[in-house]
Amino acid sequence: MSNENISDKNNNREENMSQMTGKQETATDRNTSNTSNTKGASATRSLGDVAAGREAKVGKAFTGGSGLEARGIHAWFGKKHVLQDISLEFATGTVTALIGPSGCGKSTFIRTLNRMHEFIPTAALAGQVLLDGKDVYEPGVDVTKIRLKVGMVFQKPNPFPSMTIKENVLSGLKLSQIKIQNSDELLESCLRRAGLWDEVKDRLNEYGGSLSGGQQQRLCIARSLAVNPQVLLMDEPCSALDPGSTLRIEETIRELADTMSIVIVTHNMQQAARVSDYTGFFLSDGGPGRLIEVASTVEIFTNPKEKRTEDYVSGRFG
Amino acid sequence: MSQAILDVKPEYPWKLTPKDLVTDFLGALFTLASTLAIVGFSPLKGKLGFAITLIFMAIITTTIMSWIKLDRKAAFNSATTVLVYVTASFVIIALASVLYEIIRLGAPGFSFSIFSNDMSQTASDMPLTEGGLLHAVIGTAYIVTFATLISTPIGILTALYIVEVKGRFAGLVRFFVQAMSGVPSIVAGLFIFALWMIQLGNAYSAVAGGFALTVLMIPTVARTAEEVLKLIPSDLREAGLALGATQWRTVAMVVIPAARSGLITAVILGIARVVGETAPLLLTIGGADAINLNPTQGNMSAFPYYVWKNLLIGSENAISRAWLGVFVLMIVVLVFFTLARYLGAARGGRK
Amino acid sequence: MSAAVVEQKQTPQPRVITTEPRFTDKVFRSVVTSGGLIAGLLLGLIGFFLIYNGFEAIRAAGLSFLTGFNWVDAVPEDGQAASYGVGAMLYGTMVTGILAMLMGVPVAVGTALFLSYYAPEWIKKPMVVVVDVMAAIPSIVYGLWGYFVLMPHAEYWAKLIHKYLGFIPFFDMPAPVFTRSPFIAGLVLAIMIIPIVTAVSREVFAQTPLERIQAAYALGATKWSMIKAVVFPYGRGGVIGGAMLGLGRALGETVAVYTVLNLVYDIRIEVLLSAGGSVASMIVNKFGEADPVELQALMGAGFVLFMVTLLVNFLANYIINKTARE
Repeated sequence: MSNENISDKNNNREENMSQMTGKQETATDRNTSNTSNTKGASATRSLGDVAAGREAKVGKAFTGGSGLEARGIHAWFGKKHVLQDISLEFATGTVTALIGPSGCGKSTFIRTLNRMHEFIPTAALAGQVLLDGKDVYEPGVDVTKIRLKVGMVFQKPNPFPSMTIKENVLSGLKLSQIKIQNSDELLESCLRRAGLWDEVKDRLNEYGGSLSGGQQQRLCIARSLAVNPQVLLMDEPCSALDPGSTLRIEETIRELADTMSIVIVTHNMQQAARVSDYTGFFLSDGGPGRLIEVASTVEIFTNPKEKRTEDYVSGRFG
Repeated sequence: MSQAILDVKPEYPWKLTPKDLVTDFLGALFTLASTLAIVGFSPLKGKLGFAITLIFMAIITTTIMSWIKLDRKAAFNSATTVLVYVTASFVIIALASVLYEIIRLGAPGFSFSIFSNDMSQTASDMPLTEGGLLHAVIGTAYIVTFATLISTPIGILTALYIVEVKGRFAGLVRFFVQAMSGVPSIVAGLFIFALWMIQLGNAYSAVAGGFALTVLMIPTVARTAEEVLKLIPSDLREAGLALGATQWRTVAMVVIPAARSGLITAVILGIARVVGETAPLLLTIGGADAINLNPTQGNMSAFPYYVWKNLLIGSENAISRAWLGVFVLMIVVLVFFTLARYLGAARGGRK
Repeated sequence: MSAAVVEQKQTPQPRVITTEPRFTDKVFRSVVTSGGLIAGLLLGLIGFFLIYNGFEAIRAAGLSFLTGFNWVDAVPEDGQAASYGVGAMLYGTMVTGILAMLMGVPVAVGTALFLSYYAPEWIKKPMVVVVDVMAAIPSIVYGLWGYFVLMPHAEYWAKLIHKYLGFIPFFDMPAPVFTRSPFIAGLVLAIMIIPIVTAVSREVFAQTPLERIQAAYALGATKWSMIKAVVFPYGRGGVIGGAMLGLGRALGETVAVYTVLNLVYDIRIEVLLSAGGSVASMIVNKFGEADPVELQALMGAGFVLFMVTLLVNFLANYIINKTARE
């Protein structure tokens, strides 16, 4: 795992390297082992380089239609306005990262996408979330069906401890009372896609708690895949994991993106650069969180249009 | 920022729409109507028949409605939701019935003269305008006060041992307290009878009853006090110790004052628990009809005993007296209960 | 962060620190300790005095004290020896206790679920008060209510059960006397144990890890499927412990059972019949006129009851404490 220092492209903003990496570290904790500038010999790559290094799918234009679209989403908790006018599209086959400092509403936003926002007692919402062109908040919609199509993986791995690995993967089917013909096939396919099959194929009847953190998280991903979602929402899925597991999950994300759209909230800008096609930058200045800028990942990290975006990705704050 | 964006109002798209409400209302109407129809035309009769049919129809209606609107799993969910609501209603109905009957059967006999008379001159089956329950009031007052005087220090010391001193036996003591709270009330009575009366040769008295209630009161006080003391943040203790105070000074002058209202709550809960206990008193106080002002000698009455005695006599007036006793007893219990909650809430608010 | 590693010859041993408490603290600690140990002392005394006084009776009867059904006083004139056995009453205690659990625990768990997951905010607080008030009501009040209010209804229900389910041996009736039966006693006890089982269940449900609940919902679960998949597996131990606490309470109840249960010294399986017993109500029944010999037997009976409830409560608390640590 290479150490990547962040450097500015623009020379006249010569920030203190260590200050920046220091800032990076507080924001991203364990995901990268950023050393200070004592390691002069290592190659330094900018976030832009990282982003460009991916096989970017920038060619896919924003189109409506298949995929998930948020239009003018506002959110409140009681009287507190926490999200203002968020509009984003998530096309199938893409990975979108949502970055921004803590507390600016990214997690709240993705919870409006799978209708988990309404579980909080004082929650309120305005705007639309369109899945395949239909608003998921329309009266008469079966909420549980929406959640089958828009899945979610949480920050802390949470397999069901009372179920075996096999039962965990298939739990989504059981909870929604979906019957399928060949559960073993589905089991294997989901575990393969999550990158866990080889490690657990001999112990499918063991309990979920016996796995390591990274394995548990991949189990949760497999579990979400079993109900065949169109969209997978991931709320800082690697922040509780070690760097090795993190990379494996990032690989998994890139592979999964072929068949669905993925939205990943992350504090780790390198992760966003590695994994996503598009990036949205959220910011709250004490008021409601707003979407400052959204563009392809390469653009966000090399040539952001907004100054605040640039400040954030160059580590001036956050 | 356009004005349109600033003007957006919060909405709740997941809440029940008017259409949903109308559908639900119609469903409820249908349930009621079908229940009445079934009850009218079938052998199912009476309150029980009505209740069972109502529950059954409610389950069927909501299940079918959910099945049509959504799918099978939603239907199952609706059925279980109805069942959960039914259990909660059952609880409410049971309590309502108890309280209602107490008032209905006990309140009529109430008059303030009952607080100035006893039953020494009156037979139980004379009308309720004669006699009173002052002897029971005094008896309960003596007995409960005595029990409180003993249980409070012991209960609080026990809690202090578990939380503050944290001695080697703390786990064991907790275990003992838990075990003690499971002791049946009659066993407490038998114990005091065996110890105080058989072994030490004493006769019935209020004090004996007080001892018996102590056995039941200590665990309640100790457990509540333990929880209260645990809630005191350790910063307070550390602050006291850091100022150079000894442990006992820290406890006495920092912890206990901070926990004061909670400890009072613990005592009041203990009182509320024992003021209605019957079985231990039946074995220890003798149950007099006359006022006895001597707590250490002579038979003494108490509320539960008064009720019990009248219940056993069984004549119409006696039963009315029993209900009257229950009525007054419940008022006393509810007063203590409300007091404990009020103090408990005040403590919670101060945090 | 590569730094030269300084090798130490040896890691030093931790220092032994002794703090001798001051005299006042020593006094304080001993006072508090003795106060704390009184609970254990009392328990021991209870057991001791009961067995001390009841010993003769138990010894005389031997094992049949536990298994014998008769409770017969000595009649010296006729040369009839006393024969005391709590078997029937013990059986009756068990039966009413189990009936109370069967009827009370489902309602209590349902109410706990209602309070934790179904009740709208405005119902929650009053409902909690309702359950707490139920717990505060003295047992003699339940006894009176049970006899005068509930029993007429329960009699009717018992008749119905007998009519439609009478083929099951439990519900058969050798004689049509429906009043004051174990069924009714179980019903009253069920209502009395609901508050405690509800309280314990609620606490357990409140500790269910939120992330698992969210995971279930995110997979498209309905409320009930979530409860089945997450809440019940997690809370199973606590609920069982709570149910056993309720059982312990029911086993020791005296006056509430006394009024609604007809004491008959026999073991029967027909729970609707007006014949049953419980150790506690028997003690109360016989105490008033007991001669010294019978008194010993009653003490012995009390000891048996003490042991049984101690065991049940011990198990209950063990289960609760064990699962609370999860």
